[in-house]
Amino acid sequence: MTDFFLAWLTVLPGYVLPLLLASLGVVLSERAGVLNLCPEGFMAVGAMTGALICLAGQGPWLGVLGGTAAGLGLSAVFGLAVVVFRVEQTLAGLATVALGLGITGVLGRSHVQKPFDGVPRLSETSWGAELPRVLGQQTLMLPLALLLLLLVAWFLTRSAAGLRLRAVGEDPGAADVAGVDVQIVQLGAVLTSGAFGGLAGAYLSVASAHVWVEGMVAGRGWVVIALVIFARWRPLRCLAAALLFGGTEALMPRLQALGVDFPVYLGAMLPYVLTLAVLALTSTRRGARSGAPAALGLSYLRQDKH
Amino acid sequence: MHFPHPGPQEAPGRAPALLLRGIDKSFDGHRALDGAGFRLDWGEVHALVGENGAGKSTIMNVATAVYAADAGEVIVDGRDVPLRGPADAMAAGLGMVHQHFRLVGSFTVAENVALSLRGAGQKVSVAEAARLLAARAAELGFRIDPAARVDELSIAERQRAEILKVLLLGAGTLILDEPTAVLTADEAQALLTLVRQLARRGRAVVLITHKLREVAAYSDRITVMRQGRTVLDAAPAEGLAMDEVARLAVGEMPAAAPRIAARPGVPLLSIEGLSAHRGDGSRALDGLALELAEGEVLGIAGVGGNGQPELVDVLSGLRRPGGGTIRLGGADLLTASPAARRDAGLRVVPADRFDSAMAPGLSLAENLALTGVASGRFGGRWLVDRRKMRREAERLIADHEVRGGGPATPASLLSGGNAQKLLLAREVSDGARLLVAHSPSRGLDLRATRAVHGAIAEGVARGMACLLISEDLEEIMSLSTRVCVINNGRLSAPMPASEVTPERLGALLVGHA
Ligand SMILES: Nc1ncnc2c1ncn2[C@@H]1O[C@H](COP(=O)(O)OP(=O)(O)OP(=O)(O)O)[C@@H](O)[C@H]1O
Ligand SMILES: [Mg+2]
Repeated sequence: MTDFFLAWLTVLPGYVLPLLLASLGVVLSERAGVLNLCPEGFMAVGAMTGALICLAGQGPWLGVLGGTAAGLGLSAVFGLAVVVFRVEQTLAGLATVALGLGITGVLGRSHVQKPFDGVPRLSETSWGAELPRVLGQQTLMLPLALLLLLLVAWFLTRSAAGLRLRAVGEDPGAADVAGVDVQIVQLGAVLTSGAFGGLAGAYLSVASAHVWVEGMVAGRGWVVIALVIFARWRPLRCLAAALLFGGTEALMPRLQALGVDFPVYLGAMLPYVLTLAVLALTSTRRGARSGAPAALGLSYLRQDKH
Repeated sequence: MHFPHPGPQEAPGRAPALLLRGIDKSFDGHRALDGAGFRLDWGEVHALVGENGAGKSTIMNVATAVYAADAGEVIVDGRDVPLRGPADAMAAGLGMVHQHFRLVGSFTVAENVALSLRGAGQKVSVAEAARLLAARAAELGFRIDPAARVDELSIAERQRAEILKVLLLGAGTLILDEPTAVLTADEAQALLTLVRQLARRGRAVVLITHKLREVAAYSDRITVMRQGRTVLDAAPAEGLAMDEVARLAVGEMPAAAPRIAARPGVPLLSIEGLSAHRGDGSRALDGLALELAEGEVLGIAGVGGNGQPELVDVLSGLRRPGGGTIRLGGADLLTASPAARRDAGLRVVPADRFDSAMAPGLSLAENLALTGVASGRFGGRWLVDRRKMRREAERLIADHEVRGGGPATPASLLSGGNAQKLLLAREVSDGARLLVAHSPSRGLDLRATRAVHGAIAEGVARGMACLLISEDLEEIMSLSTRVCVINNGRLSAPMPASEVTPERLGALLVGHA
């Protein structure tokens, strides 16, 4: 039993961290009022770019950085569309995903299934050889992701810029009158969400699989969107939600390895069913708020009557 | 309450604090400003008056760059640098109390203040903002909890928050857009005295108000606007008759509704031991009890934030009461659905019309029909009779003199006064037995106020009962047959209107507070 548990714990970060990283980005963008359906696209370009850089022999950390930059680049397109040109945010988000998937299909085709050296596990480093297996199998991405989580949580609740960002997402008119530049804040939030999405994608290829295949994001980006709703747009709750979702997902291969006869499709459903159940339970609590930013998805025009 | 004051201390040769010339502004083809002008000098309190929809808020929103004018020039303190947005206006020393408060609902009052102070370049934390806020509030005798979420505050509390926020900015030029609409007489006096002191020390203040008594008592100069034009330009207040100002502002006034005579009819409403809690768990209503008979108007006066919105919500069925009884003509309504209450003849006009009474995006005809569709007044079970809706809307719009649109106009485009007339037209029209009205003349010009009061008086003459909840003593005294005071969720013993004087009521208000 402890073996089983340790094995589960060892693979857990691989399932949880990409969800966590991408959802932090979505939280930032949506707390600034920009509905963000893009993570599937951000993660796709991030994963591919990271892999291409590694395959070009530039080393894994440059790959991670490149993946992050790729997500940021794609989010610039999205940000331009929704913030500057006020394109409807749902449509723009879906288009951005399609664009991201399209780019990876075209540019990455000839690099499919080629393994490379990704981010080293801690046990492979000169100083980490003695670590217990649960830790030794992890990469530096684990502390990095947790650090980013704390940073985002601190930023939103404690910093002045976070106050401005939340004001924009709740009531852009009031924020505007308070001297906040609504467009700059939203653009900044969208770009950051792209960087987080790209980083999450790079994690998949460079830190986890050490290979790139088309479609390797496999719907995680959509899960992230649900996860943020589940977490009520709070960073720390995103971790809880990612653990719940990623944790059940990580259980399946372990159970199969144990030889438990469990229908595969039922198993693939389990994380969703569980998430739904928890969501239903927590929202029946009295006085529970959905937590959605009040101006989410609305594009702000100063002249409009409020 | 007119005390002599020295005239504005103009620094000779100094450029005006604010100068607007030839401003045009249209919204979707509707001309809100038509060559309007405004001149504000340093050291003065300048009243800006005019009927609902005259363009007062619009011209001040142009001044603070919330709106961009179609034509004309805005010169702040003699500097002809165009303002590109509210941030620029703030940097140029303009601070505005908006009529439709610009507060972030999910933030606390202190967070809102911190946000705007930081926007003005002052590096304050939320905790510091809370301290500043509490100090300023104490100075003015405003009750406010810096840690309360704005969306859980009553309108009166939000008004105080919006005012304190702008005062703390320390702007050189203050623009107050109907700051006293839901304040009690004492609060209004404290605020207006303060801004006049600020003006005496050299700042400049614009005061937009429908209350001519405030204009007479506190302003140095008066500008009157009408239908987007300036019809009286910065006239000295000294020696100007308020009747003349009123005539310029709203044209000929309809006669005031005659006082409603107290003729106790059949008992209708009986409330006992009613309790309710706010969102944060604090007690809003505490064993409230009252009796009301047909043809009676019970006025409930009180400082805003003493349980008024909660009482309205409990009566309309939007808030679950903690306990007690509500009986209307024998029917028990304590836990009845809003629809059942409506069937029983209960009608509600809440303080914020677009919050739960009307849908801003729907047309006037749809808004008027909204409450009649379920009962089948506009067609059968599946389809609505749009022609009937239209005819009915045309009739009500004409009867109640709703201006600014036809049956197909979206309600959001109406001015406040006209939106309120529309709502009353719907609520007192058919089968109304009890009208619960919360600050029904909030923000309305003199003529609209009279029209609204007239509509209520007319309903009462037909035998309707009315529960009138208002912070405005004048409104309470002009309509009520009996008056009581709400304090911390409890009512004082009602007294007949004939025995009520402003002094007695004022004493009751502060005596408890
Ligand atoms: N953002 C907007 N979009 C469309 N129409 C508007 C807008 N703001 C104002 N209007 C219209 O412009 C006209 C002038 O409105 P404004 O709010 O300036 O009047 P006001 O004098 O302040 O009236 P009140 O006393 O009711 O506050 C009205 O007809 C109003 O409906
Ligand atoms: Mg106005």
